[in-house]
Amino acid sequence: MMGHTHSMPGQPVSSAEIAHLEKLAAEMRLRIVRMMGPNKAHHFGGSLSLTDVVAALYFYKMSYNPQDPRDPGRDRFLMSKGHSVPAQYAALAMAGFFPLDELATLKQLGSRLQGHPAMQYTPGLEGCTGSLGQGLSFANGMALAARIKGLKYRVYCLLGDGELHEGQVWEAAMTASRCCLTSLTAIVDANRLKAMDDASACCKALAPVGDRWAGFGWLVREIDGHNMAEICAALDWASRLEDRPSVIVAHTVKGKGVSFIENQPGFHNSSLNDEQYARAVEELEANLKTRSEARQ
Amino acid sequence: MTTRTETRMAYGEALLELGQQRSDIAVLDADLYNSTRSVLFGKAFPNRFFDIGIAEQDLISTAAGLAANGFVPFCNSFAIFLTGRCYDQIRTQVAYPSLPVKLAGSSAGLTEGPDGASHQSLEDITLMRVLPNMTVIVPADDVETKQATAAIANIPGPVYLRLGRYPVPTVMPPGYKFEVGQLPRLRDGGDIVIFATGHMVSKSLEASELLEQEHIAARVVNVSTIKPMNGAAILRDSEGMRLAFTVEEHSVIGGLGGAIAEVLAAGASTPLVRLGVQDMFGESGFADELLQKHGLQPGGIRDSVLKALATAGR
Repeated sequence: MMGHTHSMPGQPVSSAEIAHLEKLAAEMRLRIVRMMGPNKAHHFGGSLSLTDVVAALYFYKMSYNPQDPRDPGRDRFLMSKGHSVPAQYAALAMAGFFPLDELATLKQLGSRLQGHPAMQYTPGLEGCTGSLGQGLSFANGMALAARIKGLKYRVYCLLGDGELHEGQVWEAAMTASRCCLTSLTAIVDANRLKAMDDASACCKALAPVGDRWAGFGWLVREIDGHNMAEICAALDWASRLEDRPSVIVAHTVKGKGVSFIENQPGFHNSSLNDEQYARAVEELEANLKTRSEARQ
Repeated sequence: MTTRTETRMAYGEALLELGQQRSDIAVLDADLYNSTRSVLFGKAFPNRFFDIGIAEQDLISTAAGLAANGFVPFCNSFAIFLTGRCYDQIRTQVAYPSLPVKLAGSSAGLTEGPDGASHQSLEDITLMRVLPNMTVIVPADDVETKQATAAIANIPGPVYLRLGRYPVPTVMPPGYKFEVGQLPRLRDGGDIVIFATGHMVSKSLEASELLEQEHIAARVVNVSTIKPMNGAAILRDSEGMRLAFTVEEHSVIGGLGGAIAEVLAAGASTPLVRLGVQDMFGESGFADELLQKHGLQPGGIRDSVLKALATAGR
């Protein structure tokens, strides 16, 4: 089982480790955009908004074994907002679940990297998502399985704020709090934008998101979803809780890391032309270079 | 007087036995555990029983999470809510990755009775049959239900088990052993073949006795496995018959009638008549009244057979 160099419980994560995680997140962003490539429709925005959170999960918080993806004691992560799975693919490849070269096969005929998560194809995936709103219930099932078997693993489920429109999310929220699933942490990628426009601009009242979860009996922590120290501290907070499930509302910027994609609903699921692609790669490479140099 | 049993009752007892034999069986219900009879399991194994509340979609997805982590979950609700309301969850999270989730659809068909169309599932076989990786089982009586409940726990993928709350006589012979895909021939005859499923097996057997009085010899086959369909058995049982019939308390579109039509269209010249619900919704009424109205009592089945034979003979 892969172990990570965690700080002591209650201690802040060292600045060196934060810098290392930030570099990994920068590398993930570059790999996400590269695997998507130019002139093809992809979910750029949602994959880039939650990159820092996914980096912290895979390279700071979770225990797992890339050589044995079904290890019974592993921590579980489910991408309920399935369209953002490219970020998870990048993390899985970097963690060694499958070759980095395979990222280039994203969504191609015959690839193990389907457009939305399919556990039967991809090592390291826990379930099938893509139809929004179903993942948190599945995560509850994983947490209940641990309880019945007496296993100690933790379960993480990443949802989009737009996804919270789906009623099943709140069915699952009630189940988790009634069953006191303390091993479960939901993370909301609160990038404020959905496919068409602002997530709060339709006929669904979402805000204040944290209060909604609290009302269903969850312990809530709101963070800047691009501040690595805050992300790590929130994940550590969640794993110390003993009586209720926890939710981390991560306030993010959709398309984070590429200046002209940031906060643009038009890039929810669309393509970059050759010029845009070159600019995006250039920006992300420059960022990665800065972080690599800072580390030396 | 013949003893009559509801298949849901036999299921509840079988589920309890299964729980005693295997620690990897989990059971989920959506506030209907008395009706679905999962209550027996729940009382015996409270740590493996979850009343998810009135939230069927949450129930299915939770079961998928359990199934992906070493459990064989049995999901219980009325057939209409389980298959209709949760179609998307079953499709994406259960059938697509072929997880061993067992769906026990209770109070299925017209015989659900007085609650009316909102509760009468007449499309569930169709909905489940179209899903890749899904097995579809409709037991005919208490004996077959008990055996099928135990058998489906061993199938590595998802299964839909259709159950009812209508008392039916035991039709399967002593010593009968249920096997997926076996289509037991319960009566032989050389004029026509009746393919029946679920509650309609006993009704078809009674109809075949009425037909004997009309000098028509009917073969009756219990199609308790609707998927995977044993096409070879269907063709063998249809060979040389003047007409083939399907009988189901379900829409004739896509259910048993649809499944048999697909087999016969590809490999037989026997004309097929599909008896069941003819593309309409149900309504309130007692089970026997509804079966009567839709021509699914023994007399109605006999009349349909005689009429079809008269038309075919012209």
